[in-house]
Amino acid sequence: MADDGTPAPSDGQWPLWEVFVQPPRGEPFEHAGSVHAVDAESALQNARDVYTRRGEAVNIWVVPTAAITASTPADSGPFFDPGNDKPYRHPQFYSVPRGVRV
Amino acid sequence: MAPALDGPVQAALVQYLLRLGDDRLVLGHRLSEWCGHAPILEEDIALANIALDLVGQATLFLGLAGAAEAAGRDADALAYLREAIDFRNVLLAELPKGDFAFTIVRQFLFSVAAYYRLEGLATSSHGDLAGIAGKALKETRYHVRHSGEWVIRLGDGTSESHTRTQAALDALWRYTGEMFLADDVDATLVRAGVIPDLATAEPKWLAQVTGVIERATLAVPPSGYMQRGGRTGRHTEHLGIMLAEMQILQRSYPGAKW
Amino acid sequence: MPDSPDAITEFEARIAAGETIEPKDWMPDRYRKQLIRMMSQHAHSEVVGMLPEGNWITRAPTLRRKMGLLAKVQDEAGHGLYIYCGTETLGVGRAELVDQLLTGKAKYSSIFNYPTLTWADIGAIGWFVDGAAIVNQTMLAKASYGPYARAMVRICKEENFHKRQGYEIMATLAAGTPEQKRMAQDAVNRWWWPSLMMFGPSDKDSPNSAELTRWGVKRKGNDELRQRFVNLTVAQAVAIDLKLPDPELRPDPATGDWHFGPIDWDEFSRVVHGDGPLNRERLAARRQAHSDGEWVREAASAYAAKHTAAAAPAAA
Ligand SMILES: [Fe+2]
Ligand SMILES: [Fe+2]
Repeated sequence: MADDGTPAPSDGQWPLWEVFVQPPRGEPFEHAGSVHAVDAESALQNARDVYTRRGEAVNIWVVPTAAITASTPADSGPFFDPGNDKPYRHPQFYSVPRGVRV
Repeated sequence: MAPALDGPVQAALVQYLLRLGDDRLVLGHRLSEWCGHAPILEEDIALANIALDLVGQATLFLGLAGAAEAAGRDADALAYLREAIDFRNVLLAELPKGDFAFTIVRQFLFSVAAYYRLEGLATSSHGDLAGIAGKALKETRYHVRHSGEWVIRLGDGTSESHTRTQAALDALWRYTGEMFLADDVDATLVRAGVIPDLATAEPKWLAQVTGVIERATLAVPPSGYMQRGGRTGRHTEHLGIMLAEMQILQRSYPGAKW
Repeated sequence: MPDSPDAITEFEARIAAGETIEPKDWMPDRYRKQLIRMMSQHAHSEVVGMLPEGNWITRAPTLRRKMGLLAKVQDEAGHGLYIYCGTETLGVGRAELVDQLLTGKAKYSSIFNYPTLTWADIGAIGWFVDGAAIVNQTMLAKASYGPYARAMVRICKEENFHKRQGYEIMATLAAGTPEQKRMAQDAVNRWWWPSLMMFGPSDKDSPNSAELTRWGVKRKGNDELRQRFVNLTVAQAVAIDLKLPDPELRPDPATGDWHFGPIDWDEFSRVVHGDGPLNRERLAARRQAHSDGEWVREAASAYAAKHTAAAAPAAA
């Protein structure tokens, strides 16, 4: 068992890895999908072959799926709501004289 | 455009480009036979990537061969309308795909040799040749990595995979010498300053291949007689059958456009 | 949370509000089961779908066609992979799903049980089969389950090249020698009706449609999608002077649609239930690849167990 309680593959299946790729213009990494692989080097190669066939990426991260801790829907209220009532974090909160582009 | 070459040098260049192109066309074709039948989906995709690189390189080298020959043949004419005796690939490339160990070991042995050759050719005084070699070199670096990592995993995996991989290595070893044969074609081009002398490619290849074989807990096969013939059109029986399949539409419908 | 009526109401409210459902969200057991069935069937179709076209990779008539077809069939492997991974987020491993395919428990799209007889079939598949797939997958890109929808978005980006390469092959053949044109028309005649069947039976005869629609997995009905495909394809056939094999095909001024003749649902059900031309061969080919690959998969696992024991992600 992985420690989050999901069953580990019991049928000889290769473990699952999550793949994150960075697009060519220096944007943040984004989740592309997953691959199966037995180790990090193979996971990196599989990610390269599967998710960057059309020049989509300049960098790749691979992470064992079991190593990811995710928020749960039960968190969603207390976890994310506080941001909603802090408008001072958003540029629209501040006014600028008409006609000036800031 | 490269400066005009003397007749014999130009003829040697055509031969040399055919060798480069045919190696890649034939091996790419063999690899493409895996598409849909690989051990796991990830590997279907990986092998297809290598096959696509190789057929792409073949298209460029054969295109350049056709231009250098100046007889009106393009890459397709050279690929689809020549007989087996006109093909100039090494025998290693044309052997049937075998099991996954055979395919991977062959890919590794070929890719390392290709890497050192392309590294030299990327410095060729012939601009078009150097350009294609430089592009192919980048692709080949990954082929070496992918096939090399697999050789290590198969060799040092289970006892079955070890046995299969050693058997593949033993069967393929006698075809490796041909990749480093240098004949009049090479000598003419070296003398004319078109390509560098590539005599160091073989020892570099052997050192790298040996390193991986050892990491894979496999044994380097004893050196013995090395098969040859592909560079002069003396092939195994496998090539004719492969070409019969590959060329069937072009042969059946002469002159048709596809 | 139990499968209580309240929970289901809340779940359906989320769907109605256009929210996507993510792997760790609560979902009705039926929703999960239906998704696993539908997504794995879709993934199997991509993978089995490699076989009929793979049949022509080694015979592609030019280097350009060879690379185009190989890249296309490779994409289908990718599609299978993306969708299997999406299905795995529902708690079922790929090995188990593949096992369901190989033992005949799971279905895949029946179209792939037909043979590719000539090079023109490669054109017809790209044009019709990928064309139909695009219509279907464009709808699925808005499916309520996030991982499925995201896989579809990625897949749709790749599919357009598939359809265009198929149509280009057909256009070239149709404008070629009389023999080539005959080959093209014959492929159209054989692939047209099975392509219409790809959308599945009429919604009123499709047991799963209502539930999938209610839960936002499907946003449009089978008949509507089929009609959209026909409407798109008629003009494309006219443009390259190939005839769709349907004497009833005519514009319907009342609806603006192309009216088409009756589909042979007996044939459809025969092929679904195992008596298509190549059902046995397709499954046998997949089984062969899987069993030939077993020692390879084991070798990689054994190597990793020896060398990355500390880092092995699923061993914890
Ligand atoms: Fe697809
Ligand atoms: Fe497709």
